Amino acid sequence: MAERLTKTGARNVFYGGSAFFFVIFLGLTAHSHYYMRTTSTDEATLSDSVGRGKHVWEKNACINCHTILGEGAYFAPEVGNVWKRWGGDTDPDTARATLKAWMAAQPSGIEGRRQMPQFNLTERELEDLANFLEWTSRIKTQNWPPNDAG
Amino acid sequence: MKYQTQKVAMLYFYGALGLFIAQVLFGVLAGTIYVLPNTLSELLPFNIVRMVHTNALIVWLLMGFMGSTYYLLPEEAETELFSTRIAVAQFWLFLVAAAIAVVGYLFHYHEGREFLEQPFLIKVGIVIVALMFLFNITLTVLKGRKTVVTNILIFGLWGVAIFFLFAFYNPVNLALDKMYWWYVVHLWVEGVWELIMASVLAFLMIKLNGIDREVVEKWLYVIVGLALFSGILGTGHHFYWIGAPGYWQWIGSLFSTLEVAPFFTMVVFTFVMTWKAGRKHPNRAALLWSIGCSVMAFFGAGVWGFLHTLSSVNYYTHGTQVTAAHGHLAFFGAYVMLNLAVMAYAVPELRGRSPYNQWLSMVSFWIMCTAMSVMTFALTFAGVLQVHLQRVLGESFMDVQDQLAIFYWVRLGSGVFVLISALMFLWALFVPGRERRPVGTPSIQPAE
Repeated sequence: MAERLTKTGARNVFYGGSAFFFVIFLGLTAHSHYYMRTTSTDEATLSDSVGRGKHVWEKNACINCHTILGEGAYFAPEVGNVWKRWGGDTDPDTARATLKAWMAAQPSGIEGRRQMPQFNLTERELEDLANFLEWTSRIKTQNWPPNDAG
Repeated sequence: MKYQTQKVAMLYFYGALGLFIAQVLFGVLAGTIYVLPNTLSELLPFNIVRMVHTNALIVWLLMGFMGSTYYLLPEEAETELFSTRIAVAQFWLFLVAAAIAVVGYLFHYHEGREFLEQPFLIKVGIVIVALMFLFNITLTVLKGRKTVVTNILIFGLWGVAIFFLFAFYNPVNLALDKMYWWYVVHLWVEGVWELIMASVLAFLMIKLNGIDREVVEKWLYVIVGLALFSGILGTGHHFYWIGAPGYWQWIGSLFSTLEVAPFFTMVVFTFVMTWKAGRKHPNRAALLWSIGCSVMAFFGAGVWGFLHTLSSVNYYTHGTQVTAAHGHLAFFGAYVMLNLAVMAYAVPELRGRSPYNQWLSMVSFWIMCTAMSVMTFALTFAGVLQVHLQRVLGESFMDVQDQLAIFYWVRLGSGVFVLISALMFLWALFVPGRERRPVGTPSIQPAE
């Protein structure tokens, strides 16, 4: 360790530098917050139903199997773009019906295949979940994921 | 052990090790479900198993940090703890809250953001535990000697509590939710937890190697400086694809690349301090765990973090088994091994005897590190293959997963060895063996 650097010097660099970088981080967070609310997501369509759908997603701990925008467990497919994968961007009614049929058919019970539990969602919860996934699929994510496979 | 109140640390070490075994057991179960997916699929689905695996890990690491703090604080501050009673009450409150949370998970009673699944009341309980802890240790330091080790440690511990408060903020806008979620997750493990790690390692270097405090303290400031200068803006590597602005790709790539620096410096630090060691401490196992901690953290957090941190790489690897590989080795190297190192050092001191079975402790070290490395390589290969098949060729997720089975079998096998080595560590720590000597053998006092 260089003799020029005294302990007091090292201490001041640590506290001063950390404060400096943290202030920059807070500033960029504030800007990102604004950007998310105005540019990358569509708050006009962030309805109560989408909010309830997010709660359905959370209440059933879906994230501990699936990923959403790449975050979560890696045991089951990405759902940030599942709406698009199921054709919801062009034919929302079919995607909605596919989701309901899928949820009703679980668990598949097929031997050697990963099992999704039966969550017994109500009709309204299914609608809310579909709306949440649809809204999520429209977040501007710098074009991630690379393809529909997620 | 010089101060009576240090004994309270034992309680925390018992609790932490119990949860450690639970964490590894649920990890082995999750690994089994990966290869035999019908295992317990109706009774105990994968999402619940994984929740217990990750939550038990976080709680036992925190419990270990608290135990380590209660152990080292009186020696550093040269005074008894402010209150043993608070420390004991705080331990039981924490353990009961964790137990209720885990039992609740088994009955599907939980919230739904990753790692923050604890129900609201349990989160409030965690805050109360943190406040009791911070009150106790802060008052201890204020009445005693103030050292750089304790300053940095307490800075880190306050940071843990403050950033946990973001767990209570869950905006309905998913993009915002994710951004502030990282305020807890990233600023913990790639921020303030590194302060805890560096200061505890510094304490171990002083005690085990008898290094002059002045030397250690300068190193410590440099390490924690590098950690926060890189780690704070390094948060940006989580903001690439969640709806945040594009500039995070530049900031995140640059600063998170620099996150290797503090880990590399910690490796240099532990090696140089050991070479310069003024004396040989009889507890060689504790020294091995301490040095091993810095090395495995460098590979797990540093090298494996860098592998996929550049945004142009992360575009393809984000949310694949590459992330899982990094997560496993980083948590193991940096924080699991840190806690095991402290226990290997402190438990014999607390019990006033020479370390029971150093040979077994060292064997468990090599098995555990090898098994975790094999696990990491298996998941890395799985991840690279997954990236190619899924992200480049566009094959569907489940089709790709079916082709990765061999790697998941290797991962399960290595997980079983981690479990075995963890039990060996417990045995080495608590069961008297050949090396038992009469109580009261004078131990070498470290230099100050």
